Amino acid sequence: MKSLTGLGILLALQSLGELLSRGLHLPFPGPVVGMLLLLAVLPWPAVRLPVIACAQFLLSHLSLLFIPVGVGVMTHLDLVARYGVRILVAVFLSTVMGLAVTALTLRWLMAPNAGGTPDA
Amino acid sequence: MPEFVQLWVYLASSPLFGLTATLGVYLLAQAWYMRMHQAPWANPVLWSVIALAFGLRVTGVAYPTYFAGAQFIHFLLGPAVVALACPLWERRQLVRTHWRALLLAALAGGAAASLSAVGLAWALGLPPDVVASLATKSVTAPVAMGIAEKVGGVPALAAVFASITGILSALIGKAIFDALGIDRSRIGWMARGFALGTAGHGVGAARAMQVNPDAGAMAGLALGLQVLLATMLIPLCNSLL
Repeated sequence: MKSLTGLGILLALQSLGELLSRGLHLPFPGPVVGMLLLLAVLPWPAVRLPVIACAQFLLSHLSLLFIPVGVGVMTHLDLVARYGVRILVAVFLSTVMGLAVTALTLRWLMAPNAGGTPDA
Repeated sequence: MPEFVQLWVYLASSPLFGLTATLGVYLLAQAWYMRMHQAPWANPVLWSVIALAFGLRVTGVAYPTYFAGAQFIHFLLGPAVVALACPLWERRQLVRTHWRALLLAALAGGAAASLSAVGLAWALGLPPDVVASLATKSVTAPVAMGIAEKVGGVPALAAVFASITGILSALIGKAIFDALGIDRSRIGWMARGFALGTAGHGVGAARAMQVNPDAGAMAGLALGLQVLLATMLIPLCNSLL
């Protein structure tokens, strides 16, 4: 019951996010606006407790939610095959760049002032 | 035999098929992934997608027919993105302390991924619309499609590139972080998760959430930041160039 209330709240905030995104022509998609709205109301226990119960379930199976789109991509692989290996090289190397630059930047910026913190 | 065929035709065209197949295949892939101690190559999204795409091809079920059922799962992506506020809120103190570092890392990583993709594709002589579709590869697919359209890319290609990038980041992330000497302290996990969410959006974040809660929370934040930054900056860069 609690997580069902949570789902209701998530859907209501997503709807509100969609309305704001469209109505005000915001550059951000509705769910992202909904996420910011949720961040604003989470301090309130009546919202937080049910939402967290539902969020835990949804987020622990986030992988599942990407499968329908992924299958669609597989049926469009001929689009990629047309450009051959060149495209795979660009996608692969840029993914390595993105992962490496982000991780190194963050560790470099965070490590000095948090070096002595014991591990959680 | 004809009866069986009729039954199959009925089942394959009802939404029940796509929904059950997706859930069933995922549960198997997930069980296998756990048995392999969450080895990156055993990624459940990758193997579920391959198995389902192969299944559709063999049985001749069209993708729209499959999606009629799978859309119920796809639909949950919306509330899941809203729910990303929860792990973030639980770590609000951490985010408040380090917001400058996080924002800078998101900017640097997002720019590195996008610019290196565009630069490489251009240098390799790929057509302009393909190059433009690569700019959004680190942004979650539905958002990537919208941005790509604005900057002269092809939405379908942008979705394909984003999905491949997400799965790739989940596959190679661990090896890259280990090679760079990112440790498994709390800071190390945060850096790993944040990088997975920045470079590999939702699929990378899903991997981070399964491996470590701190990594997962940071990946969720990174994915949200990438959406905000990319929607603002990619069209801006495009108009300046």
